[in-house]
Amino acid sequence: MEHYNMNLTLKVWKQKNSKLNGGFETYQVKDISSEMSFLEMFDVLNEQLITEGKDPIAFDHDCREGICGMCSMYIDGRAHGPWTKNTVCQLHMRAFKDGDTIVVEPWRAAAFPVLRDLVIDRSAFDRIMQAGGFISVNTGNAVDANTLPIDKKDADTSFDAASCIGCGACVAACKNSSAMLFVSAKVSQLALLPQGQPERESRVLNMVAQMDKEGFGNCTNTYACEAECPKGISVSNIARMNREYLKAGLTTEG
Amino acid sequence: MSLDSKIPQGEMDKKWTDYKGHVKLVNPSNKRKLEVIVVGTGLAGASAAASLGEMGYNVKAFCFQDSPRRAHSIAAQGGINAAKNYQNDGDSVFRLFYDTVKGGDYRAREANVHRLAEVSNAIIDQCVAQGVPFAREYGGLLSNRSFGGTQVQRTFYAAGQTGQQLLLGAYSALERQVALGNVTMYNRHEMLDIVKIDGKARGIIARDLVSGNLERHFGHAVLLCTGGYGNVFYLSTNAMGSNVTAIWKAHKQGAFFGNPCFTQIHPTCIPVSGDYQSKLTLMSESLRNDGRIWVPAKKDENRKAIDIPEEERDYYLERRYPAFGNLVPRDVASRAAKERCDEGYGVGTTKLAVYLDFKDAIIRYGKIEASKSGNEQTNDQTIIKLGKAVIEEKYGNLFEMYEKITGENPYEMPMRIYPAVHYTMGGLWVDYELQTTIQGLYALGEANFSDHGANRLGASALMQGLADGYFVIPYTLGNYLADDISTKSIPTSHPAFEEAEKTVSERINKLMGIKGNQTVESFHKRLGKIMWDKCGMARNEKELQEAITEIQALKKEFWADVKIPGEINEMNPELDKAGRVADFIELGELMCIDALNRNESCGGHFREESQTEEGEAKRNDENYSYVSVWEFKQESNWQLNKEALTFDIVKPTQRSYK
Repeated sequence: MEHYNMNLTLKVWKQKNSKLNGGFETYQVKDISSEMSFLEMFDVLNEQLITEGKDPIAFDHDCREGICGMCSMYIDGRAHGPWTKNTVCQLHMRAFKDGDTIVVEPWRAAAFPVLRDLVIDRSAFDRIMQAGGFISVNTGNAVDANTLPIDKKDADTSFDAASCIGCGACVAACKNSSAMLFVSAKVSQLALLPQGQPERESRVLNMVAQMDKEGFGNCTNTYACEAECPKGISVSNIARMNREYLKAGLTTEG
Repeated sequence: MSLDSKIPQGEMDKKWTDYKGHVKLVNPSNKRKLEVIVVGTGLAGASAAASLGEMGYNVKAFCFQDSPRRAHSIAAQGGINAAKNYQNDGDSVFRLFYDTVKGGDYRAREANVHRLAEVSNAIIDQCVAQGVPFAREYGGLLSNRSFGGTQVQRTFYAAGQTGQQLLLGAYSALERQVALGNVTMYNRHEMLDIVKIDGKARGIIARDLVSGNLERHFGHAVLLCTGGYGNVFYLSTNAMGSNVTAIWKAHKQGAFFGNPCFTQIHPTCIPVSGDYQSKLTLMSESLRNDGRIWVPAKKDENRKAIDIPEEERDYYLERRYPAFGNLVPRDVASRAAKERCDEGYGVGTTKLAVYLDFKDAIIRYGKIEASKSGNEQTNDQTIIKLGKAVIEEKYGNLFEMYEKITGENPYEMPMRIYPAVHYTMGGLWVDYELQTTIQGLYALGEANFSDHGANRLGASALMQGLADGYFVIPYTLGNYLADDISTKSIPTSHPAFEEAEKTVSERINKLMGIKGNQTVESFHKRLGKIMWDKCGMARNEKELQEAITEIQALKKEFWADVKIPGEINEMNPELDKAGRVADFIELGELMCIDALNRNESCGGHFREESQTEEGEAKRNDENYSYVSVWEFKQESNWQLNKEALTFDIVKPTQRSYK
């Protein structure tokens, strides 16, 4: 792979806190290596800004290996940037070329308010989990793990749904800011497993109710969520959740 | 102060059972009156907070990330050990115990390790019950694989995302307790000090990282589950936010620090590519099940890996360690890679890398698949295609990650790997009950020192974190709190809280007041370089002494010239980082002092002065069979206490993986 250096213009959203209005600032960075990650390019920019006595850009990030789900920003209008099945931290600068202008802004959704610059509040996801994203089994209650054989196909499908990192790109990509992909991934993971059966109906009803309460919109059926999901979570999970929801609504009393 | 490790009397395999049978209990109505603070929400913290909430305690849990689900346990790839013996290959609690003590190069506490092995099976059961989707065989039963330092298959896994799945299991249990009102969760909060009243830990001072405000929180007991401190090296496989601050504050308040220099350098990480590098990415040890590690047989080789014929490759681990081959423990594999690179056999542009090659595994699996479908006479291309599909199922996400970072396709050409800092075996000293030398202050998971000795075996960190949180602390904490049931919650207007908050506030003001010229990041990088060069994979007296002097000078410079932008009362990631780096600098000095004191090689701690003729680590049991337990006296001044290690069951021998 050929490596190269580039000079770039960055237009980045700056916003002091959730109360004040924000706006775009323009920055120049020089001699950026194609081997850097996008966030390492931000590190370089921030070092430059601090040295110049200017305000660095606040952004969420932690593991920098694509699994914690903390990093979150639109790059040129796309959640997590131009690569598919990718998080911002795993985006590398070889995706860009010398002279490019890159526009970066925080994810926009009523349920994800901006806290500062590119940092947003995603605690709505935690509250949806609190509504039912679990199996009620206190520590110490479990039987031997192999007393419960699980069809490999179901186990694998459950795992695929469970690989969601909770980043919120599905919400950011959706023009309705729908959280259906996130919620359906958890509903599917647990509905596919025998352990998840006792709370199967209450789980889907409660999680969907909380999702609505948080202000996430309805599914648009455009599949933008799947296209931008860094883990490739399938929209078939949404179909499954709709079936689960319908079934639970018909069979649950009250 | 004398150290009492509180190891129960009796036979090794009865200790934990006897302890549980006699430990004091707190009745349900009293649990409701007791408050417990849990700092950190990784595997240890989330499992502890959830379990204690289920039992009826009032729990307050804190994490610096935006959600407890982000804790760095999430990034663990390979797996979790348990002594289930589902493979009928001779595993048992005793063998897991034995392998762990031996793998730790006889510097762990036997009784703790035995307990860990005993509870390992219950962890797998608990996780499956929570809906953790472990890998399964076609018959629907759980699948296992091998990890380094063992000859059985005892590792449970979920593709290359085992830590993620286990953490999400613990996180969902935690969120369930939040919904039930048993746990209050404080996201984006960082603990900046513990509060002691009458010698007991009674709360913490935390900073709200969004508003910048300081908060006081009372607890009858405080649990630190804040992970490891590998970021003292700047470059490590840890998350960017992983830090030592919580346990360092506790240390300065009287919690002794055990074996600070014991660092695990993981053999298979993606090599450094440039100065801008912010972190290193691990390629799971599980890859060594199927990948073969090699370097060119001749120095300064310039051909591409695929153009080097078989007879001109040196599979140096298979050559040096025929019995364990590519599955030797991490410390052994790391040093062997360094040795080859130092001798001039390294590959890639920096020559600081070796190959990890899947070519043979792809062919082997391809043939098995072809034979399964009764198509043994098929052509090579089909076999390779079938084999790649098997490798993809096993390690797909890791291969994808490698390709994203390097731009190279590891299905076609071997991965380039090099050792990197990964885990810290050292941590706060704890007794058998996981209590530190401060009463009421506990340390769980990577934050304590107790189970891995001088080298942790693969797939044991997840096991330990969850063992401590699900199955140890629920018993041992009760033994302490049973005597505290009449203590009412102490109002945070108590002078001790006031004093602690003032100290924290003054330090923040001091940092912001320096207004120097050099960035926090630049200091962190310089510290990391000193640590890696002089307290890294190989250590010697001269360089450790130099490192101590350099770190002391760096500390002075930091406090005179660091530049932190922004304000105190706002979200200010640079200020957060500055506090952490200041603590890392102090820790770095102690690590070097500890490494200097331990003039023997053991596990990941390699003193050049102490090696066998073949260049293997040479322990000195006569003089160093102890835990180094450091007591903070004043700046740059620690007193060494020793906890003698006795081995009743696993008799120390020179470790051999040949």
